[in-house]
Amino acid sequence: MIGRALGAAIAIILLAGGVGWMLTSPEPLPASAVEGPPGDPERGALVFAAAGCASCHVAPDTDIGDAPVLAGGMAFVSPFGTFHAPNISPSPQGVGDWSDAEIMDAVMRGVSPSGAHYYPALPYAAYAMADPQDMRDLVAHLRTLPPSSQENLPHEVPFPFSIRRGVGLWKALNLRQGWVIEDDLPEPAARGRYLAEALGHCGECHTPRGPLGGLDHAQWLGGAPNPLGDGRIPNITPGGLKWSEGEIAYYLGTGFTPEFDTAGGEMAAVVSELAKLPDEDRAAIAAYLKAVPAIEPAAE
Amino acid sequence: MTRSFRLLAGSLVIAALAPMALAQGLDPERAQSLREGHMKLMGLNIGMLGAMAKEEQPYDAEMAAAAAGNLAALGSIDQRFYWVEGSSSEDLEESRALPAIWENMDDFNSKTEALHGAAMKMEEAAGTDLASLQAAMGPLGEACGSCHEDYRKPEE
Repeated sequence: MIGRALGAAIAIILLAGGVGWMLTSPEPLPASAVEGPPGDPERGALVFAAAGCASCHVAPDTDIGDAPVLAGGMAFVSPFGTFHAPNISPSPQGVGDWSDAEIMDAVMRGVSPSGAHYYPALPYAAYAMADPQDMRDLVAHLRTLPPSSQENLPHEVPFPFSIRRGVGLWKALNLRQGWVIEDDLPEPAARGRYLAEALGHCGECHTPRGPLGGLDHAQWLGGAPNPLGDGRIPNITPGGLKWSEGEIAYYLGTGFTPEFDTAGGEMAAVVSELAKLPDEDRAAIAAYLKAVPAIEPAAE
Repeated sequence: MTRSFRLLAGSLVIAALAPMALAQGLDPERAQSLREGHMKLMGLNIGMLGAMAKEEQPYDAEMAAAAAGNLAALGSIDQRFYWVEGSSSEDLEESRALPAIWENMDDFNSKTEALHGAAMKMEEAAGTDLASLQAAMGPLGEACGSCHEDYRKPEE
């Protein structure tokens, strides 16, 4: 009797373990997403700016400029530990030896060339929604940037988050299969959704997170505590941001608010990258922000 | 050495040291409010230019040149006297000047100088025509933002 119960328990544990193992297994992109026309580095420069890659991957206290050195090294403090942005320049220490498919797996699936999970400090949950052609263009552009021989810094992540396999569970819960704002949006708001939800990953900072670090979609773009400690990242839904579409678009291109104060903090780097996009793209983001459901500001 | 020469030399030394003494002696709260005044004056003139750039106000070459001239003049001001120790966001409630300013004064000064450069470019552009003014707004915003990025505390 005891023997049978034990046997059943072991079977259940093995089964649960097996399902867990399958659930948490890293999943690269299908070949169909990787294959396609070769990337265009000039178009890729715009994708690169829209995706804000340089804002996190240049060395600390370095200006981005026109041909940034993506040496990595910036530290990102979170409740789960401190992550260091890696070198993603085209060099042996960076991603120079990786295939296009390996880079796309990293960016869109959070899977390393050796098949391990990346931590979601890399916003692959957003980039998962990117157009594969944009990603091929992005990779082509990445390969034109200056190389850096900087070695990567290890992340400082305590147990249990140090078990990368666990990230698979996070992915099962958080990797997106569709848009957050599912409505059938007209242009240019639909283009704005693509820029804001996929490439721009605005939600990573402007949306609050649940206990496991996933974005709370019910509070989409409703503002969140600043992970760096000072102040709050603002609510940019119509409930919090009262600027006109024109004012939002102008801010995204110049950094000037309607009162002619300017963007500061992390947003200054975002603006200087978005300034490289055509006017229509900034107008599209503004149109999308007007289409997002209003989150009323929390009572003071 | 004559007495009058010594007196003269002494007063020259005092005159040379006076600004430094003033800078060190300036009350931090007063320094903070003076700085804010400077920022507000810049904001007023940028606002004049920005309203035209966004075509909320009709373009007026003379008004634009005046605002840009003011901005360039404000950008040329040597600000050393009011960036006194003890007036950072950690010292004063109303200050948003991060302590990093005093840890990286050379970088901070180079950013101030970059703003002056952008303001002078605007001075050339603003009176020319609307398109030139509009094109100069981006670099101006970039210059403001690059300093606010590193050295201004976010709003609560």
